[in-house]
Amino acid sequence: MRGGLRRYSCRFWVQINCGTRVSETALKTIRTVTVPAIELKRATKRYGSGATVLDGIDLKVQRGEFVSVIGPSGCGKSTLLKMVAGLSPCSDGAIAVDGMTPENARQITSFIFQDATLLPWRTVRENVGLGLELEGVAKDRREQKVASVLELVGLSKVAGSFPRQLSGGMKMRVSIARALATRPEVLLLDEPFAALDEMTRDHINEELLRLREEQGWTALFVTHSVAEAVFLSTRVIVLAPHPGRVAHDLAIDLPFPRTEETRLSEAFEEKIAEVSRALRSVSVVGARA
Amino acid sequence: MLVWVGVIWAFGIPAYMLPSPARVVAAAVNRFGSLMSSLGISAAAAVGGLAGAVLVGVAISLSFAQSAWVRRMFYPYTVLLQTVPIVAITPLILMWVGPGLYSVMLITFLICLPPIIANTTQGLISVDRNLVDLFLMHGASRRQVLLKLRLPHAMPSMFAGIRIAGGIAVIGALTGELFAGSARVGVGGIGYAIQYASAQTETDYLFALVLAASALGFGFFFLVMFVEWYFLHDWHESARSSEME
Repeated sequence: MRGGLRRYSCRFWVQINCGTRVSETALKTIRTVTVPAIELKRATKRYGSGATVLDGIDLKVQRGEFVSVIGPSGCGKSTLLKMVAGLSPCSDGAIAVDGMTPENARQITSFIFQDATLLPWRTVRENVGLGLELEGVAKDRREQKVASVLELVGLSKVAGSFPRQLSGGMKMRVSIARALATRPEVLLLDEPFAALDEMTRDHINEELLRLREEQGWTALFVTHSVAEAVFLSTRVIVLAPHPGRVAHDLAIDLPFPRTEETRLSEAFEEKIAEVSRALRSVSVVGARA
Repeated sequence: MLVWVGVIWAFGIPAYMLPSPARVVAAAVNRFGSLMSSLGISAAAAVGGLAGAVLVGVAISLSFAQSAWVRRMFYPYTVLLQTVPIVAITPLILMWVGPGLYSVMLITFLICLPPIIANTTQGLISVDRNLVDLFLMHGASRRQVLLKLRLPHAMPSMFAGIRIAGGIAVIGALTGELFAGSARVGVGGIGYAIQYASAQTETDYLFALVLAASALGFGFFFLVMFVEWYFLHDWHESARSSEME
């Protein structure tokens, strides 16, 4: 709550004193030092009968970070993401997104689901414009924004197609474009590429990093794949199951931009080994408990 | 056709039992005017009843989609409506509304309503949870979720319901007419005319009426198919596959 107030007063002050362009940059600087993009304080999730899914998660994601969450199935990775999105309330503890409650932060947050979740009755263009439409953005502005994001993701040629005419990888690109169309500051991704073949997956991973470079959003990414987590992230969080809790917090300091070269490097292999080891350790503990 | 003619010739069946195709055609041509007016009346009753059932059925389904509570409270009544044999309540309707087009329409309406409600409601509530979450993430209102997500999502199942209803609409109209055919003697829908022709043992005309009724049923089926195709062919597999057949 306090973070929220502070943030708004900053924006007000900056906008009065500077031109729009300056204010945006200044605002980013000020916010970088004030509140983290995502903050979980002792966040806990229990279901009715008392089964604890997540137990006292403490996690801070700074602006511009790309944090992956990885863990054995049943560790509550997806639940964590839903909680940050405000789609599932905390049983205990607190979550703040950009200093706001998750519900209030929805306008600066986008969610990318496991499957593309496109509306089959809408064309690619109309699907990408969905978020803007629901948020009440005027038609001409919406079309402009949709056109530019389609250009960015390389989908301009299929703008008039229906989802059924697209491959799995293309559908996922549309889903990404839809998420980015509202210019989010925080992107939540729930195993979005699990269903894609490896080649497509690698391509989209690289593309995602390029988009991040251009747009500078913060990402919280849930995945099963160690290689994917290492390739994309600045940090990997390993969750232990039953109940879900943070077991390891590993920095991935591979240099950006990351490309095909990165995948072939020794440092990449080492990081994968490190994360795999961490993952195995929590799986063993989980099995013993 | 050959079997038909052959049977008549071989067994020497009299025309009042089984008229030859030629006699049926002759009867249809001779009484073309009254055949067409009967057909028109039945078609109007079926269309009116079906259209009413679509409007009311979709409206009821929309209210059912709003809460599981409403659904649990009122859905059993639609099942009841389906299980009560329409023939059994026809005399009641006749008594309350009086004979004529309106009671026939009402009977058609009642028989068409349950499949439309059942299918449309199913379509409205079987939306992928993630899609609802997606809408919520962008701050969608209940109304937006209903109009931009649930309703279009329910279209294919709604049309499946309408297709079933379209098939039974003609049956409903004819059944209604058998009981409540005409406000004036001599003018009525096909059901009424069939009863009249059978009483007069005008078997050739009776056959013509039966064929006309079948044609009406076919026409209805294709009408609904066309409307469905028109709305869904862009995106839905069911409409696309019928396009290829």
